[in-house]
Amino acid sequence: MMHALLAPFAYPFMQRALVAALIVGALCSMMGTYVVLRKLAFIGDGLAHASFAGIVIAYLRNIDYQLGAAVVAVLTALGIGFVHRKGKVSLDTSIGVLFTAAFALGIFLMSRQTRYTLDLQSFLFGDILSVTRGDLIFIVVVGAAVFVAAMLAYRDMLFASFDPVVAEAAGLPVKWLDYGLLVALALTIVVALQSVGIVLVAALLVTPAAAAYQLAKRFTPMLLLSAAFGVTSTVGGLYASYFLGSSSGATIVLVATLLFFIAVALKRLRPA
Amino acid sequence: MSCDVELHKVRVSYDAFCALESIDLCVQHGEALGIVGPNGSGKSTLLKTIAGLLRPERGSICVFGTAPRRLPRGSIAYVPQVEAVDWGFPATVSDVVAMGRFAHLPWWRRFGPADRALVEEAIEAVGMSAMAGRHIAELSGGQQQRAFIARALAQQPRLLLLDEPTTGVDAATEEALRQVVRGVVARGTPVLMTTHDLERVNEWFDRLMVLDRRMLALGTPDEVAASGAYAAIREHTHTHGHLRVDHDPHEGHEAHPEVRV
Repeated sequence: MMHALLAPFAYPFMQRALVAALIVGALCSMMGTYVVLRKLAFIGDGLAHASFAGIVIAYLRNIDYQLGAAVVAVLTALGIGFVHRKGKVSLDTSIGVLFTAAFALGIFLMSRQTRYTLDLQSFLFGDILSVTRGDLIFIVVVGAAVFVAAMLAYRDMLFASFDPVVAEAAGLPVKWLDYGLLVALALTIVVALQSVGIVLVAALLVTPAAAAYQLAKRFTPMLLLSAAFGVTSTVGGLYASYFLGSSSGATIVLVATLLFFIAVALKRLRPA
Repeated sequence: MSCDVELHKVRVSYDAFCALESIDLCVQHGEALGIVGPNGSGKSTLLKTIAGLLRPERGSICVFGTAPRRLPRGSIAYVPQVEAVDWGFPATVSDVVAMGRFAHLPWWRRFGPADRALVEEAIEAVGMSAMAGRHIAELSGGQQQRAFIARALAQQPRLLLLDEPTTGVDAATEEALRQVVRGVVARGTPVLMTTHDLERVNEWFDRLMVLDRRMLALGTPDEVAASGAYAAIREHTHTHGHLRVDHDPHEGHEAHPEVRV
């Protein structure tokens, strides 16, 4: 029985997928707590779409597509922060303007070239089973960097997320924390891109943290609960997709959604 | 004598609207300065400018000899009039007050027993010990205000800025806050506080400033009362009841009338 349950992980591609699922699940859902608490749900979608331009440019220049995606996503994140601060427009307006621009640039560049061999589908919908050794190294290194930075800035980020005005008066570098968060989110999205795809990556940033928000009364428990929901979603989704023969990205997102509604139901049942 | 807070010909504008004009001020070590004035007189703008949140269009501001934005972390604690925070944020009273310590804790320092003790002390000072474990959404408006004042106390700032901390709190809480503020001042920390309440200004403040975009009067509460500057405020707003700045020490807090301008 146990043997049958572990059977999928006898394959090297499943082992790589499992490691990717663990890292992507934990990282996205932990960064997602800031996304939910700062009401930035739109950002995940935005930066993921923006990274598409990077993928196309990388393909045309024949460089690593993850590098291209990371550079364009980070530049878009910085641009969003800059337009928001200097243009005095709301953050969601700034996101709306810049991510569609980057996405349009990607489509524009792709439409002008004739040798059309870019596998668009795998980028849009993701395929965690196709993660290579090189992809995994990228995921581990960038994921670890984002995680360490987030841990080091933990207290400042918490204060600035809760009460930016008072945090600024107390001398915290609120502006740089905002830019830092946008860059960290851009990198998080690129790390998760191959596993769940451009269209669905936003769900991993929002859904587990939103589920944790239902149940947690304090910040650290919310962060840990979110990570638990995130890992359960990615690993559970990967596992279920193996047996169901379904798209891994879609299955992962559906598991996360299921957990979210369970959390909502638990909150309703629990006495206030 | 040198000034802890020094403003020289300060002018602050929001786009075309000039909120403050030619403000000169020197607040000394261990001084409590009250700021009164009608609505829209620039009281909050003045505090935000001193906190480094707004830049003056003209003039200069020095806090402990430097620009507010260049001070070391944790130097200034600011308590806004209305906290625009998300009340659904997962945080208890203790969690919010602990944030006051964060300014003093760079990433390599951990939140230690000394920090924990300061947080507990600050919560006790505002009489919130029984509610330390409550989620912030479960508090009344006055309790929320006290939690934010406790956060400012836990920060142990060199300068404390309070924007109408007594609005919406009962008389007993107001007296507790007054004692907290006097305690802070007694330790040498200057406090700048805006208020609508002209009652008992003598007990709250060493000096009083009357502000209506420009500084109309500055002096001890008695000097200001004698100068007739209050009349300028009164003409500006619809006054409820009469103005009184003298205080009867035998008057109980329960009987404390809400006299506002």
